[in-house]
Amino acid sequence: MTKPDSLQGSLDLLVLKILSRKPRLHGYAIMSAIQEISCGVLRVEEGSLYPALHRMEEANWVRAEWITKESGRRTRVYELTAAGKKQLVAVEPRWRAVNSAVDRVLREV
Amino acid sequence: MSWWSRLGNVFRGNGMNRELDEELESHIEEAIEKGRDPAEARRAFGSALRNREESRDIKIFAWLDSLRADAILGWRRLRQQRITSAAAILSLALAIGACTSAFRLIDAMLLRPLPVSHPERLYIAERKGIDVTGHDRNSDAWEYPLFQQMRTAAEDQAELIAVSNAVPTDITYSSDQEMEKGYRQFVSGGMFGSFGLKPALGRLLTENDDLKPGAHPYAVLSYDYWKRRFGEDPKVLGRGLRIGNDLYTIVGVCGAPFTGTEPGTVTDIFVPTMMHPGVVQSDWEWFRTFVHFKRDGDIEPLREQLHAIMHAFDSERTRSFYGEPKELVDNFLKQKLLLEPAAGGASWMQDQYRRSLIALGVLVALVLLIACANVANLMTAQAASRAREMALRVSLGAGRRRLVQLMLIESAWIAFLASAFGGIFAWWSAPFIVSRINPPNNPARLVLPADWRVLGFAFALAAGVALLFGLEPALRASAVKPVSALKGGEDPHSRRRLMHGLIAAQVAFCFLVVFVSGLFVTTFERLSNQPNGFSAERLITLDTISQSKQPPAYWDQVAEHLRSVPGVEKVALCGWPLLDGNGWNGFISTNGESPSNQTLAYFLSVSPGWIDIMKIPLISGRDFLPTDVSPGVTSAPAGVAIVNEVFVQTYFKGENPIGRLFGKAGGTPGELRFKIIGVVGNARYRDIREPMTPTAYVPFHSIDANGSMRPQRAETFIVRTFTSNPLALASTLRQEVPRARPEFRVSNIRSQEQINQGNTVRERLLARLALFFATVALLIAGVGLYGVLHYSVLQRRREIGIRMAIGAQPARIARLVTLNILTMVFVGALGGIALGFASVRYISTLLYHVKPTDATILAVPLVTIAIVTILASLPAIIRAVRMDPVKILRSE
Repeated sequence: MTKPDSLQGSLDLLVLKILSRKPRLHGYAIMSAIQEISCGVLRVEEGSLYPALHRMEEANWVRAEWITKESGRRTRVYELTAAGKKQLVAVEPRWRAVNSAVDRVLREV
Repeated sequence: MSWWSRLGNVFRGNGMNRELDEELESHIEEAIEKGRDPAEARRAFGSALRNREESRDIKIFAWLDSLRADAILGWRRLRQQRITSAAAILSLALAIGACTSAFRLIDAMLLRPLPVSHPERLYIAERKGIDVTGHDRNSDAWEYPLFQQMRTAAEDQAELIAVSNAVPTDITYSSDQEMEKGYRQFVSGGMFGSFGLKPALGRLLTENDDLKPGAHPYAVLSYDYWKRRFGEDPKVLGRGLRIGNDLYTIVGVCGAPFTGTEPGTVTDIFVPTMMHPGVVQSDWEWFRTFVHFKRDGDIEPLREQLHAIMHAFDSERTRSFYGEPKELVDNFLKQKLLLEPAAGGASWMQDQYRRSLIALGVLVALVLLIACANVANLMTAQAASRAREMALRVSLGAGRRRLVQLMLIESAWIAFLASAFGGIFAWWSAPFIVSRINPPNNPARLVLPADWRVLGFAFALAAGVALLFGLEPALRASAVKPVSALKGGEDPHSRRRLMHGLIAAQVAFCFLVVFVSGLFVTTFERLSNQPNGFSAERLITLDTISQSKQPPAYWDQVAEHLRSVPGVEKVALCGWPLLDGNGWNGFISTNGESPSNQTLAYFLSVSPGWIDIMKIPLISGRDFLPTDVSPGVTSAPAGVAIVNEVFVQTYFKGENPIGRLFGKAGGTPGELRFKIIGVVGNARYRDIREPMTPTAYVPFHSIDANGSMRPQRAETFIVRTFTSNPLALASTLRQEVPRARPEFRVSNIRSQEQINQGNTVRERLLARLALFFATVALLIAGVGLYGVLHYSVLQRRREIGIRMAIGAQPARIARLVTLNILTMVFVGALGGIALGFASVRYISTLLYHVKPTDATILAVPLVTIAIVTILASLPAIIRAVRMDPVKILRSE
């Protein structure tokens, strides 16, 4: 079983979002993308990323494929499935709502 | 998809691990490529193994994976401990196979509902009363006129169905010389409709075939017979067949699964009850009455109604009684009508074998328990040697559930393999036992399907067995305390207590099995070795029939012809052979008074020379002369008779009876009168289990009222041959009979030896199977005992070493090692004796002249168990005594 993580819950959303913008990324690229876009604020632990990816794969939100890069090394790339897109549409508004609610609470004080 | 992929991934094993590793590795390399410090990247990633395991758990069913791993581990352990495993599997396989086999037999014979619509609404009508000898007796034979009254009365609530016994009958399809045997059964035409049966061909019988006596000569074949005899030829419709003097037309074939209502016999030909001569007779009981209710509900109102009709009918019937003692008539009128559930049909075989099968079932269940106790002991002993391994597993974080699972899976392996072998054993043995149920010339035919009932039973048995012998050792092994186990010492006594308890149970069950089989074997021996009063040696019997009745002179001609056949010493005629189950009896009057003695006398018509051939000693008087006759009807003049000694004691108080007269009361007014001309020794008449009955032999030539000879349709030739194997002459004699007179044909040919053995088929079967299971039980228990002793010597070797080092004598050591076990054996044997005495009540009907308290009956199991105990404990004692204390103490 995976252990709770600081990004628990939001990690899935981030991965789905990244993959929806740019399909066929490997794990390292996904990790770097999250880090870059958040200007280094969000750091994904490698130890959480891969279990999350494999869990999403088993849940059929993403599918994976082995490709051979120019360097000749094999790497595994991920892309969203139809179910994954649906999941993203369902989760993203919820996250926004929660986020703005938390924000409001913080500002009220 | 996910479910499937997770299931599939369990069995992908290393392939998946490699893929996971490769992906994680490629991540690190990517990171390095992007300019990160290799060591830092790896550190950031954390433990590769932990990462892999985490992803792995996501991709598979963890529990299934652990199950798979445990199964592989269990299999490896089985293979490591080859001899122990083989012993465990073999003993269990034998026991499971025997149990499954017994279940198949019991299910097919007693439990399985008939393949008819609503078998649960099927009941059989029985008369509960008291028989001539004063014992309780249930009779399921009925008179047709009574049946008709009951059927009309029950019309709205139930269909009443008359079904005769299915008996082998001589059937002719073309010429008389090509008669063959087939199982013919008289049934109510309404049976097929009520049972919801469908024809495979043509039509079935209906209510319209139940109308007029003798007017419905139609036959319906069973599917089995149609296939076997006619190769499913559709042209069989409309063919004629002859039975006796009746010509039948085949009108249809009954659908496949229905083979009659008698488990143990498969009906070949169904004919309407109307074709039976008994349908018009009020004093002929010849069929069973089934009551097939139309609705679920209370059966009691109809039972009371039917009982009232029966009572009225019986009272009416007693008016025509002649010469029956009053007490018998009273008992006859006190009979009660019962309705017993009959979803599984009803047959003589069921009555005959019910108790035997259940007794066997219990025996094999005991053997199974012994085997389970044995395997449990072996597993416990193994678990002891694995205490350190278990402790290590616990230290590494294995949960208790997981350890129990690991141990149980090993048990499951043993149970599974044992079931597989046991299944093969059952596959072979059940039909084998069925083939031994009846004499070879009249084999029992039992439908033995291997369907979900049997498979379900076998599966439940395997699972139950695995839990029975596996759970205790598993719980015990998993309860290990790592600290004490790794230190090398745990309290060994608790484990030994369990093993000792199991040993006591094993011995008790073993004693019971050996004891019961001793009873069965003794019964069989007593039955087969008791004197029968005649000699069966070199005797062959020819049951001979003719199409129509033939005058006695023709029968004599055939006998004369047979005397000239080479190899034949002597020939005589009689109504039927002794001990073949036929009987003709009546009450006896002396001095012209009506019969007061309630003992029935048996009669047999014989020709001159029969007494000599049977080697029955003539005590006084003379044998019959060719001119002697017996009265065939009550109006005929008195004839002569030869009686046996019991007859003289019963009716003449032992006085010299030569020249005295007696009468035989029959169903009709008046009596057959005989003058005694000779006294012979006692010979068993009808059944080998019956005591010697009063018997009168009367001349085979019988006359009617005006003194002319009465013709006969069926008689038996008794031939004493010169050769020791009389059956060698069988085919010659079969051909010579029609050669002497073409009217005659031999319908059945048996040696007297075969007939005698036919009386003890059940006892022989029980004795052999019980003996076999007793041997198996002893063997298994012996192996178990050996295993436990061996283990306890190993466990206590330190103690033994110390004792020897300080000067204990070998005898002391031997006592130390065996004392506990011997106490357990003793306790077990006592328990076994108690169980044995308690069980005798249930099998007493299967026993003959054996008492459980006979010294030998008790001594044999005790001595065998003692011998087995000694043999099993010797190796362990020798091992203990020969231990070298120096070596042991050094190794510790």
